[in-house]
Amino acid sequence: MANYRIHKTEYIDETKRVSFKYDGKTYFGYEGDTLASALLANGIHLVGRSFKYHRPRGIFSCGAEEPNAICQIGSKKDLTEPNVRATELELYEGLEASSQNCWPNVKFDIGGINNFISPLIPAGFYYKTFMWPKSFWKKVYEPLIRLSAGLGKSPTEPDPDIYDHKYVHYDVLVIGGGISGIISAKMAAKNNLKTLLVDDKKILGGSTIYQNNESIKIDDKLSSEWLKNEIQEIKKLSNLTIKTRTSIAAYHGYNFLLAKENLTDHLPEEKKKNKIRQRLWKIRAKKVVIATGSIERPLVFNNNDRPGILLSNSINKYLDYYGVTCGENIILFTNNDSAYETSISLHKKGIKNIIVDLRKSASSELIKQAESLGIKIYFNHVVTNTFGYRKINSLEIMKLSEDGNTTVGNKIRLSCDCLGMSGGWTPMVHMHTQSGGKLDFRDEDQVFLPKENSEDQISVGSCNGDFDLEIIIDKTVNKINKFLDIDIQDYQDTNIICSKENDKRNIWLLPNKIPLGKTKSFIDFQNDSTAKDIKLALKEGFRSIEHVKRYTTTGMATDQGKLSNMHALGIIADTAGVKMGTLGTTTFRPPFTPLTFGTLVGRNVGKFFEVVRKTSMHEWHVENNAKFENVGQWKRPWYYPKNGENMYDAVQRESKAARDSAGILDASTLGKIDIQGTDASEFLNRVYTNAWSKLAIGKCRYGLMLNEDGMVYDDGVTTRISENHYLMTTTTGGAANVLSKLEDYLQTEWPELDVYLTSVTDHYSTASICGPNSKKILNKLFPNLDLSDENFPHMSFKEEKLENINCRIMRISFTGELSYEINIEAKYGHSLWKMCIEAGKDFNLTPYGTETMHLLRAEKGFIIVGQDTDGTMTPSDLQMDWIVSKKKYDFIGKRSLYRSDTIREDRKQLVGLLTDDPKEILEEGAQIVLDVKSKPIDMLGHVTSSYFSPNLNKSIALAVVRSGKTMKGQKLIIPMENKNINVTVSDTIFLDKENKRLNA
Amino acid sequence: MFLINCPFCGERDQSEFSSGGEAHIVRPKQPTELSDDEWAEYLFMRKNIKGIQFERWNHAHGCRKWFNVVRDTSNDKILSVYKMGEKPPVNYK
Ligand SMILES: [Zn+2]
Repeated sequence: MANYRIHKTEYIDETKRVSFKYDGKTYFGYEGDTLASALLANGIHLVGRSFKYHRPRGIFSCGAEEPNAICQIGSKKDLTEPNVRATELELYEGLEASSQNCWPNVKFDIGGINNFISPLIPAGFYYKTFMWPKSFWKKVYEPLIRLSAGLGKSPTEPDPDIYDHKYVHYDVLVIGGGISGIISAKMAAKNNLKTLLVDDKKILGGSTIYQNNESIKIDDKLSSEWLKNEIQEIKKLSNLTIKTRTSIAAYHGYNFLLAKENLTDHLPEEKKKNKIRQRLWKIRAKKVVIATGSIERPLVFNNNDRPGILLSNSINKYLDYYGVTCGENIILFTNNDSAYETSISLHKKGIKNIIVDLRKSASSELIKQAESLGIKIYFNHVVTNTFGYRKINSLEIMKLSEDGNTTVGNKIRLSCDCLGMSGGWTPMVHMHTQSGGKLDFRDEDQVFLPKENSEDQISVGSCNGDFDLEIIIDKTVNKINKFLDIDIQDYQDTNIICSKENDKRNIWLLPNKIPLGKTKSFIDFQNDSTAKDIKLALKEGFRSIEHVKRYTTTGMATDQGKLSNMHALGIIADTAGVKMGTLGTTTFRPPFTPLTFGTLVGRNVGKFFEVVRKTSMHEWHVENNAKFENVGQWKRPWYYPKNGENMYDAVQRESKAARDSAGILDASTLGKIDIQGTDASEFLNRVYTNAWSKLAIGKCRYGLMLNEDGMVYDDGVTTRISENHYLMTTTTGGAANVLSKLEDYLQTEWPELDVYLTSVTDHYSTASICGPNSKKILNKLFPNLDLSDENFPHMSFKEEKLENINCRIMRISFTGELSYEINIEAKYGHSLWKMCIEAGKDFNLTPYGTETMHLLRAEKGFIIVGQDTDGTMTPSDLQMDWIVSKKKYDFIGKRSLYRSDTIREDRKQLVGLLTDDPKEILEEGAQIVLDVKSKPIDMLGHVTSSYFSPNLNKSIALAVVRSGKTMKGQKLIIPMENKNINVTVSDTIFLDKENKRLNA
Repeated sequence: MFLINCPFCGERDQSEFSSGGEAHIVRPKQPTELSDDEWAEYLFMRKNIKGIQFERWNHAHGCRKWFNVVRDTSNDKILSVYKMGEKPPVNYK
């Protein structure tokens, strides 16, 4: 039978044939198929190789828990996507998929040799083997591991798809559109609560929607028919939003959840174009109903991983939902009732099947139904081995002993082409635990259940451990009424017939005559860890589940152990002889299923990645070839290369021009804080180290701000504009932090002060003109302003109009030159700049950037907070004792200046350094030592700023050096990779110590 | 992601706020009178308890106001918010 599609279902549209490629070969499926169902319809089970042993693996499930059918989608460099689960991927015309983790191909795989040397690859193999020799790592082990490991290939070019984010608020969020989710959503919405129902599948209905067993009925209808009716009903509810193809990725505190909505992944290539691919929903819900259902457990026995071995319920879904049978001669191996549903479904479609049941006997209506249909059942039997390399072809069963610990009697060999297994059900408690909920363990069927339901969150249905249909409906209705404080009686008279029973015989590791060491009883299919690995880890002394997990890598693959964690825990509990409930579980971390990076970043890519702040003059800088530097979010001109200059040459030219004639700097980015109020002077007294009460109106003063621990925090010039009005400037990078720190003190420590702070950084543009010709340029710009030293001395402020626009002009200097800062309302900044450039034409007014600014101030020994300081420097360490008021009773950080640590004489202190060879430029960050011969070498400090000064024609540097204050004239050594540089400690001021240039 | 009830603006997302650590640590009025140990107590020592903690928050991307929060650090539940200068609620002491 080449075609395994054996009947029509309403979910498969046989009028719409879809062609797709798998591993280069073309196949056909139908609209409604997943890649997995279409492959199975074509008789393809083998879809990949296992991670460690490269064993052939087949499609194993029909949902998010899939460990094996992991595909690479597409082949384009920018759009290819690895690790896509074929069981979730909806088929579309033109889909190209390939198997992963096999080379050269899935049928002939070189890594498969690992399978034969597997006794050599026990748990922790990688940790143990690749330890030595060290030199082998880079050349031998790593390339080897990288070649044979890995799950698929990442795209190598940027993702061209569009992603989106959306914030929503709901009264009630219901996660999961199975029967309990639908009932919950209906109850909430009918009670006028704004409700959102999400489900990861294409349609609602969960596993009930394809249920067609006559012995499971609601109100005399098949449960699937009853549910379809309910779905029609809820679609009419106006305050219910239904989002399908939407999965919850994370459940954070305060009912904040992230959901991923898939919008185009199911569409053919041409229909995907220009559409949003995925949307991340950021959901705040007052109440959350978790109805995420449960997933079937595998059973752990020898060779339980061959292609053709699936979960029993998945066989049922492929049959009843997709119309596809997974085989023609199927064996179902179970420890509970649910495999009988599959068996009866198969039987009805004419598929031969037999059942191997671990239980000694069972007698529910469902089992009686199977027996009456003549289905062969082997009670009290266990599968001990399977055969077939690329697909299962037979298996061996044996009778179980009374206690279930061993096998007895003779082996029976049964042929088959497919094996379905059911180890019972594991409630999906991920969402509950992610939200902070704890778990209880129920011994009778060995499941973890949500422990408590809070007032904000509740679990209903099988994720709450309720597996019986009657109990599910009954409990859901009661719990939701109570949870939402409502009284909906719609389901009171619902008549439910369910012939399944919960009886189960749980054995985590099934017995076998073969010693465990010689079996391959897989627990984690994706990471290839076996029962033997778990036992070995315990033997080697691991006890904590978290450690065993990491050592054996169980549960650490992309499926995050959805199918394996319970068995690992069970085997640990059995081996250690403790009760399973006492072991705890591993942590369930988000995301529930993998998310693409695109979804997480949304629109915040490329130029929207981060906010960019530009000054009003920015366009001029661009037009004049500026190279930019990022300072915080600001783009600042770094230097302006001319005629192919490199950075060094440009900076030398700019620096020289600024001292020889005139230079202009865009200083708009400096932080500006407007300070007003009757206590403004007192406030400044408290936040700066120096005294402020006597600063006259119209004067400027430099201030140093400390942290309470005495370390320099920020600096800048503050101008007294009027009696109760100051304008403070801060460093560019520190502006926001300074404002928030000042606000903190004002609001919490000194609320009695009448002071108001406003950030005006963006309100003003600033052009700073310096150099001996700056006064002449100012005179051209402001012909009516008296620029004489008497009227407008250094450290003073004037307001003057430029044409008819008001300017604030400060005569202050960060370069040591005669210098003016012109501030103007930001919208006029560009014009101001152009007028300055025009006025400076005859004086070689040279625009300079941050690099030249740094060089010029270093010549004068002015510090840059954050470059020459690093949060461990006191004013005294910076040789700036002069700025610390001795008279003031208190200011922020004062008390810390005489802590035992801050008064140490041997702290690192700021010094100047001159290289013995004046052409040698030091590297910033380079270490400084006294002597290179004694080992270990005593490190004295490091270089903080270093430049070649064109004005002094020699190299200059600032550095912090232990006891540096006492070292003037001392010879020191800067050891570099290939040489030692000799330097001499100097004063920090290299140029114009007498400040003559300020008044030039 | 907490929802924080700013006493000035109402309930907002945590991303609008910044945390300022333990509350009710008063800056000494006369720091110069303190020994190194006493000053260090104010400057460095913070409780960081598991359980009910009094802490400062700032509505940084909102009204810029500082206020106090009572939070159970074991489950992140915010039990109370109150303005600067107001007395902490007694029932949590
Ligand atoms: Zn606020």
